[in-house]
Amino acid sequence: MNKQNHQADIDLNALKHKDKGEFAKLVDAHSNKIYRLALKMLGNVQDAEDILQETFIKAYNNIDGFEGRSKITTWLYRIAVNESLMLLRKRKGVLIDIDAAIETDDGEVMPKQIVDWCCLPEKELMSSESREIINQAIDTLSDTNRAAFLLRDVEGLSTREAAEVLDISESALKVRLLRARMALREELTAYFSYKMPSKTT
Amino acid sequence: MMHHKHTHCQEILEHLNDYIDGNLGSALCEHLESHLETCTNCQVVHSTLKKTIELCQNDAKLTTLPPDARRRLFASLGLEDDVNQDRE
Repeated sequence: MNKQNHQADIDLNALKHKDKGEFAKLVDAHSNKIYRLALKMLGNVQDAEDILQETFIKAYNNIDGFEGRSKITTWLYRIAVNESLMLLRKRKGVLIDIDAAIETDDGEVMPKQIVDWCCLPEKELMSSESREIINQAIDTLSDTNRAAFLLRDVEGLSTREAAEVLDISESALKVRLLRARMALREELTAYFSYKMPSKTT
Repeated sequence: MMHHKHTHCQEILEHLNDYIDGNLGSALCEHLESHLETCTNCQVVHSTLKKTIELCQNDAKLTTLPPDARRRLFASLGLEDDVNQDRE
């Protein structure tokens, strides 16, 4: 029986038989999103490329362990996120889990800046400078909040799928997502409020 | 800079994520929408939060795997890349 992954039309049986052509199809279908996720997680093109390669090497070597209960995309995201988080921890050289400390916060995410910058022209909102600010803001998030945000909002996974990738409960995912979204909103508000015409009067 | 001080607003903000994601039950949804109609601060937080997510998504759409990196990926995995072969 051929198990097909409908999203990318991948034949799982062929993958398990180490069919190179089928594996090339898998890489072709998913390399872009895995690279994007790694780049946004790590903020560095070389590291992102390393994680991309490592993800598919691990996927190829461990395909027998993939039972097909989740989508293959979710499984690949899981490998990529774990590899990225490991690299980030190694890079920081920290022994304590910074995110665990953040988790003990009371969880209040009250907005500080109330400026409506949505009316700014799209050209301004997506200028190269603005895009740089957006990426810097994503980079300032804690590693696990950033992963939650990227999986849910950028990669478009459901809450359940994103929670599965991060191996946390759906409610924990929602907490991380809210913190990430609100923190990003604050960062972008700080930047875009200075672009508002009323600020100069 | 303004600060949100109302407890009611805080309750509303706790549900904003689910509201944005379309996961809020109809009763809470109505409650939140009627609050948004009268509270300018929450309106701004709601609209800027939605816009923040949208901008991050738009930026990500412009992020693609460079052809050279793709070539190196296929080479490192010992795979043939039909797309790059077609281009060559």
